[in-house]
Amino acid sequence: MRHALGIQKGWGQQIVFLGPCLIFFLTIVITPFVLGFYYSSTNWNGLDLDKAVWTGSANWSRILHDENFWNSLYFTLRFTVVSVVIANILALLLAFVLMASLKTKKVLRTVFFMPNVIGGILLGYIWQFIFTKGFATIGDLTNIPFFTLPWLGTPNTGFWGLIIVFVWQTAGYMMVIYIASLAGIPKDLIEAAKIDGARPYQLFKSVYVPLIMPAITICLFLTTSNAFKMFDLNLSLTKGGPGTSTQSLAYNIYSEALINNRYGLGTAKALLFFAAVSIITVTQVIITKRKEVSA
Amino acid sequence: MKVSTYKSNTFILEIFAVLLAVLFLAPFYLVLTNSVKTLKEILLDAASFPQLFHWSNYSDVWKVIDFPQAFMNSLQITAFSVVFIVLFSSMAAYQIVRRPSKFNSFVFLLLISAMIIPFQSLMLQLVRVTSLLELRGELYGIVACYLGFGMPLSVFLFHGFIKTVPLELEEAARVDGSNPYGVFFRIVFPLLMPIMVTVVILNTLWIWNDYLLPVLIIGGNKDLTTLPLAVTKFFGQYTKKWDLALAGLIMAITPILLFFLILQKYIVEGVTAGSVKG
Repeated sequence: MRHALGIQKGWGQQIVFLGPCLIFFLTIVITPFVLGFYYSSTNWNGLDLDKAVWTGSANWSRILHDENFWNSLYFTLRFTVVSVVIANILALLLAFVLMASLKTKKVLRTVFFMPNVIGGILLGYIWQFIFTKGFATIGDLTNIPFFTLPWLGTPNTGFWGLIIVFVWQTAGYMMVIYIASLAGIPKDLIEAAKIDGARPYQLFKSVYVPLIMPAITICLFLTTSNAFKMFDLNLSLTKGGPGTSTQSLAYNIYSEALINNRYGLGTAKALLFFAAVSIITVTQVIITKRKEVSA
Repeated sequence: MKVSTYKSNTFILEIFAVLLAVLFLAPFYLVLTNSVKTLKEILLDAASFPQLFHWSNYSDVWKVIDFPQAFMNSLQITAFSVVFIVLFSSMAAYQIVRRPSKFNSFVFLLLISAMIIPFQSLMLQLVRVTSLLELRGELYGIVACYLGFGMPLSVFLFHGFIKTVPLELEEAARVDGSNPYGVFFRIVFPLLMPIMVTVVILNTLWIWNDYLLPVLIIGGNKDLTTLPLAVTKFFGQYTKKWDLALAGLIMAITPILLFFLILQKYIVEGVTAGSVKG
């Protein structure tokens, strides 16, 4: 009797403690995700919710010939590589600078971090103004060619416009992580290396980088997955334009479903998107994890 | 000692850093100064300092987007979501750590793996599921969505922290006759304070700023419009009403900026803790 009661009590606790979490997680995340495997092979249009007819591999072969999709993938890959490299170099540079005993370092950390607390959609709008009106005016005043470019008007400048905003938004966040990691390096290790005559570059490459490798792993992971999933900035800054030249994958899926009403096709693309995100981020984490050492 | 370490090198570094910071802030400055100009002034010269502060932009926007309503919607959605995320994810993490059965380990693994799923990969089916459950267009509906999406990272953060909480305190409480719920809420829950701050901050920033989920879930119901959604009205590809748009933008970013400036110490620490664990 006592034993039985004990088990019951245990079950009660299991349900009370884990139940709410599981209910919301399974309903909101897992169910839709699993449903995706079904809808990706239907002609679901999103409007007639119950009329999704199984079409087998039709969506998949359609994607194969969908130039727009592959252009989006190419754009997204380019965007990810360029923005991840620039954002992390800038973040690391800022972290090193702000490790020095500057008088303004507290204020500066706040300033560099600030773009992060504002959402991506609003940052995009801020820059829409800067690119279209702010830069134009500065260009008129100074005649510097950089400011007179049609920033959101051509595929090339649109690409770099997105990079600028993404880097501006992300660098401060990564800087914070790098600073925390740099602060954790034992001082005597640096001293020892200096006494052994390490030059600044050697010091950086052979002492700092291996020791902050865990932070590098995290920062690369965060920037890679954020850049690959870029949506808000894309929507508020260029809307994928001009044409579809700056359309990110996430935006491509969004417009396929919500603008063209092809939910089934959108779901199929979304599954490919999931596969791509997983492969890219997992590979990156495995590669950088291997390079981690402990002090 | 400190003075002597401040050499000319450091001074040059300082100037460089300050210049970079000014460059970083320039977009905010431009938006702020132009938000108090007339449209004509903005179009003529976006770089100059406003001649006359044209505050009516702000009062116009206040009325056009019903700012108090949008602000309260954002506040309510964020507050309810964050409170329940903290409660449910800490309870789940506690159960998973203190009772590592096969089932619970599997749940934990499932939660962690789900972190890799991009939102776009399930948003369309989510629309379907939330319509079926009649969650769309409702406050509790969007809160339910944030609970689902907030769970994985939050459980993960609590999980890592609870592992370091010593069992002795709980055992003592149990010997003194406290039931499992009393042990958790009176003993363990208060001890989770440091990581709770992190969970609250990370979720608040994300939920307050989120755009796409509200579009999909509350899109049809104007009474629930959040701040980011409300401001979207002013922006098209060729924004014509820059005076209103910029004032709206400033009004939308002010609450979260204040939140950040007041709590910045905790926010930076929370972000660091969250990323190192994640």
